[in-house]
Amino acid sequence: MRLPDVDPFDLAGPSFFALLQRQAPEHIARALGGPVTVDHVDGTTVLALTYSAEGTQGVVMAGDRRATSGNIISKRDMRKVFEADSWSAVGISGAAGPAMELAKIFATELEHYEKVEGNPLSLDGKANKLAQMVRANLPLAMQGLIVVPLFAGYDPREGVARIYEFDAAGGRYEERRFATTGSGGRDARGSLKARFHDDLTQDAAINMAIEALWDAADEDSATGGPDLVREIYPLVTVIDSAGYRELTDEDIAARVRGVIDRRRQ
Amino acid sequence: MAMPYYVSPEQVMKDKADFARKGIGRGKSVVALTYADGILFVAENPSATLHKVSEIYDRIAFAAVGKYNEFEQLRVAGIRLADVKGYQYAREDVTGRALANAYATALGAAFTESSKPFEVELLVAEISADAIELYHVLYDGSITDKEGHFAIGGSADGITAAVSERFDATMTRDAALRLAHEALSTAEERPIEPGGLEVAGLDRGRARRKFFRMTDAEIAAALA
Repeated sequence: MRLPDVDPFDLAGPSFFALLQRQAPEHIARALGGPVTVDHVDGTTVLALTYSAEGTQGVVMAGDRRATSGNIISKRDMRKVFEADSWSAVGISGAAGPAMELAKIFATELEHYEKVEGNPLSLDGKANKLAQMVRANLPLAMQGLIVVPLFAGYDPREGVARIYEFDAAGGRYEERRFATTGSGGRDARGSLKARFHDDLTQDAAINMAIEALWDAADEDSATGGPDLVREIYPLVTVIDSAGYRELTDEDIAARVRGVIDRRRQ
Repeated sequence: MAMPYYVSPEQVMKDKADFARKGIGRGKSVVALTYADGILFVAENPSATLHKVSEIYDRIAFAAVGKYNEFEQLRVAGIRLADVKGYQYAREDVTGRALANAYATALGAAFTESSKPFEVELLVAEISADAIELYHVLYDGSITDKEGHFAIGGSADGITAAVSERFDATMTRDAALRLAHEALSTAEERPIEPGGLEVAGLDRGRARRKFFRMTDAEIAAALA
């Protein structure tokens, strides 16, 4: 077993994704040509919004829990928001298998870079890398296995929170206020558009995210609302100067009850 | 007619070993000590950014002495191996033992086959809920596992002697740091400034990534 050459001037150097492409290409899905005829799990709403009241900046990212295969509900507790690293989160929509792989490779990519280089990537660098990974998936996307992520993070060096949205071709767009993705994205965006303002507190932003997911689930059959019977709630994450954290089910359940009460009036 | 030189294989190996040992002996040392909650690596390192001790994976750390560009190469190769393996299987499947074996094989091959051996000496540590595994890999690929404490580099013997007297595997991290600092200063026969130390390790109490690096302020506070 020979030590592989470690060339410091190899431009793909600290990239885990490039390493997989070189050494374990079977992990990067390749297009085979022709439309995809296998059943795959799909559909979603994932959203993110920034808040900046009382001098504190942050971003909330939330996602529903339903995965569908055509008209069938395949999974009720699917995770669509992932911790990318301690300061950022990635939300995924589209074909579930490739999307979850993207999230996993991306998280490994960020950690790998930090270990090899000794410094974490800048927030912009992370978003750029994610855009390239989406772009690399374009052949599969054109066959129907589309993956469109949403990326949000806090930059501790600058003290700002940012949201980035993407298109299937790897385009990267920074959104200052809120962004959504998925089949219910448009409905969620409408809900956020009506409610959003620039001086949100963290608490208000969290409630607004849950309301928007409720509104999306109300219109899109591929987006799941809160399941009160099974106690499966949307996944809500907050990223601010203290880093990434996920809200507990108890916290989200209480807020969902608040939404229900308001709607009943 | 020119006579071809003949060098016996023993002589070739001995020359390579002497060469590697000299290269390693010129450099500064690293000492590893287990403590109550983990393992600590302490090195005299005037640089704030060119590290001798690094994170490889969730529960695995790497420490090296010798030629910096050579062990840098090994460090990056180890991180790549660990991340690919953890991705292909699961994070829990990446072990310090497998990594240390990979280093041993690579260093052994380089010692035998290339014109110059690696002038490095490595330590690979893996922490688990109730134990520490510590592997020592030498320039010629020989690998042994160690317990408690171990030092590598030019002053290794002197450091080991100084540590052995007062070593206690149940010490706190700060107590371990103080012991290591004294041992390094004793072996080098001169006082070492806290600012000239690199201190890092693996601690059970941390979340997924067990590796930590102490800042200058934390080191100064522990040694005060």
